[in-house]
Amino acid sequence: MFNKSMLIRSLTRGNCIKISNLDGVRTLHPRSEPFDKIVHCKICSYSLSQRTRGQNRFYSSSSRIEHKQRPMVSHVDDNEIKKFSKIAQTFWNPSGEYEALHSMNNLRVPMIRDGLIEQCEIKNAVEPLSGLTLLDVGCGGGILSEALGRLGATVIGIDATGDNINVAQLHKSFDPALSLNVKYINCSAEDLIATEEGRFDGVIASEVVEHVNDQPGFIEACCKLVKPGGSLFLTTLNKTYWSYAIGIFAAENIANLVPKGMHEWEKFVSPQDLQFLVDKNGFTTRLVHGMFYNPITTHWSWIKDTSINYALHAVKHDITSTTTPESETSSSEKET
Amino acid sequence: MSLLSITVTALRNIVARGRCSTCVASQRLLSTDNHATGDDSGPLYDVVISGGGMVGCAMACALGHEALFEGKKILLLEAAPDKGELKLLPTYANRVCALSPASTALLDSFGAWEHIVGMRAQPVKRMQVWESCSDSMITFNKDNMQGTLAHIVENDVTQDAITRQLNKVKDRVEIRYETKVKKYKMPKPMSNMTKLDSPWVKLRLENGDALQTRLLIGADGFRSLVRESCNIHNMSWDYNQRAIVCTLQLPTQTENNVAWQRFTPTGPIAILPLDDEHSSLVWSTTPEDAKHLLALPNDSFVDALNDALWENSQKDSTAVYAGQLLDQLIRSISPAGTSTAGRQLPPHITGVDDNRGAFPLGLCHATNYVKSGVALIGDAAHRIHPLAGQGVNLGFGDVACLKNILTQAVKDGAGLGSILHLSDYERQRQRQIIPVMATVDGLNRLYRNKMSPLVLLRSLGLQTTNALNPLKDLIMSKAIA
Repeated sequence: MFNKSMLIRSLTRGNCIKISNLDGVRTLHPRSEPFDKIVHCKICSYSLSQRTRGQNRFYSSSSRIEHKQRPMVSHVDDNEIKKFSKIAQTFWNPSGEYEALHSMNNLRVPMIRDGLIEQCEIKNAVEPLSGLTLLDVGCGGGILSEALGRLGATVIGIDATGDNINVAQLHKSFDPALSLNVKYINCSAEDLIATEEGRFDGVIASEVVEHVNDQPGFIEACCKLVKPGGSLFLTTLNKTYWSYAIGIFAAENIANLVPKGMHEWEKFVSPQDLQFLVDKNGFTTRLVHGMFYNPITTHWSWIKDTSINYALHAVKHDITSTTTPESETSSSEKET
Repeated sequence: MSLLSITVTALRNIVARGRCSTCVASQRLLSTDNHATGDDSGPLYDVVISGGGMVGCAMACALGHEALFEGKKILLLEAAPDKGELKLLPTYANRVCALSPASTALLDSFGAWEHIVGMRAQPVKRMQVWESCSDSMITFNKDNMQGTLAHIVENDVTQDAITRQLNKVKDRVEIRYETKVKKYKMPKPMSNMTKLDSPWVKLRLENGDALQTRLLIGADGFRSLVRESCNIHNMSWDYNQRAIVCTLQLPTQTENNVAWQRFTPTGPIAILPLDDEHSSLVWSTTPEDAKHLLALPNDSFVDALNDALWENSQKDSTAVYAGQLLDQLIRSISPAGTSTAGRQLPPHITGVDDNRGAFPLGLCHATNYVKSGVALIGDAAHRIHPLAGQGVNLGFGDVACLKNILTQAVKDGAGLGSILHLSDYERQRQRQIIPVMATVDGLNRLYRNKMSPLVLLRSLGLQTTNALNPLKDLIMSKAIA
């Protein structure tokens, strides 16, 4: 999907990484411009309001380096904090701002459930994920965490935004069925590495990657938290002209699904690039699938085409396991 | 106009689930304080079904027998006392239903159908519909009288069969008889996450008990309190008709497996087979006429009924003549497809049991079948004229659809009361129910009219439809689905 002019543009900016493992030359942008707006997205559970606290906690591993080069800008006033808190409350209004995110559960929960069940035998049909520990990175109001908790998994939902965690916590508190399964922590993925490395059966970052400044660093952190043989699930937006036309232009200006300035196309990432990053961290990609949102029926469906939204499932190499990455790939191809 | 308004309101629902633009987000800041789920709110159930009629019981039974609902707390609330096991009398009850194959399949899915067959059910192999103002008529049958169009089953039998299966899953479904709900409190539409608002539906019972539920299923009939408490707009009108029901005695005949229906200007008369010597009557007529008919002694009532079935005085000569011409035309095109070829004569009624009863007829339709945490099924969502025998079948259709959608929701980890999958239920059901309601309402209005042009049109239309087998197959597949 990359063409020459884009490549040249990136190269002249001098902030691209050259990767030459896949077919041809690819670029990755470790975008590092200060992102000083409060960003909030209908189909992204992760909000970047941590800037309001003057530091980038979420991407601590990379941002520490960034801080040395460019000090972060923090000039968000109380009004905007209030504004954000107000939006955070609408997380649990399924026909409100987060409608698309609620209905995305119909795709991502089965993907995560079936992807994990594939790895282990089901002990309990009612709670097929019981016994598994999952990490939902950028959990927002807990829309995905609660669904996975209901399937029996122990879910840790983390979000760098305190307001999101508050909403998630409050919503959960009404439901005794979730009290033991789901926990929320206001922290970043990097914060967990020190104590929780290699502990999770599955790590999920749904609609988060496209808001991340340092994607390689973020993916690396997520990968480290997965235990050998465990799974990483990502959903995000592709970096294509289509995703610009539909994901940004149409969604912001025509359909008014997303507030203006929500997404930066520069931060979108192609499945090939994401796959490369994941593979580099010792994973084998099992599945890359396109997702299509119909704004009239408000339903998501799987499509072959990955040029706008897509999902990726990768499995961490298990050193003790006898299966080689090659055989895993071929078996997944058969399934798809 | 009435049809148009049903369609418009429904379309609005089907096309886009409306976003509530008037709802305003609460501006209170959030607090993470732990709070008790509220001692006064009572125990939390996964599903509460309000109303233990045929449809409500079937809902409880369908969920109770679903493997994925293991461990879920289901409660059924019924205002009437527990009737205990049905003692089948040799005489028939006056209220019967024509259960379609789809309803049979639902009842079979949780094992209730075999109880019904073990008690009594009469298969219908053929249906004949004709009218009093012309000679036109239409017949339906499947695969040369081999296929079953429907089963005529007494309501008591259906109810008992479902209750027996419900009693087998007592560990999963709690039933509270003689329980009335005083008040339903729905969650705030926005589910604003403040300290006070819980996302569950709260119920206060007449005896003072409180309970709460993730999903409330309203199966409490056409005067639904659940519907009213949700502020769901309900469109309704009275037909100014009453239906007289009773059991009829027939002369001994070889096989009684035809359902008869004659449209008269006061309303349709349906005669549904019960066994070789008995049929059930559903006679829709004006309230005055009904009062008069109910007061008649048995033999005079039988005479009045036979008159209504056989009389020719109301025939419109133009329509009869046009019908004959059309018949000749059809015969010349397709000798096999003549409209009068399959005509059978209706049975001559010889007597009537002492179980005459009457009930008013009306139509009602809820603009929405769901709200966050609430779903309406059966007559609470839609009530129709009995002329096509679709009432309870639509209700059982709701049960089958809602059960599938809730099972999928559980499988996908979705909250039971989430509006996202509940609105799928609404969409799927309205797509099926609204055309049926519009057709039934339209037929009832069309055939209560004696105006010559209308009589002419409807009789020619019916005759043509009868000659077109593919069209008849289509109608049948819609009616018995």
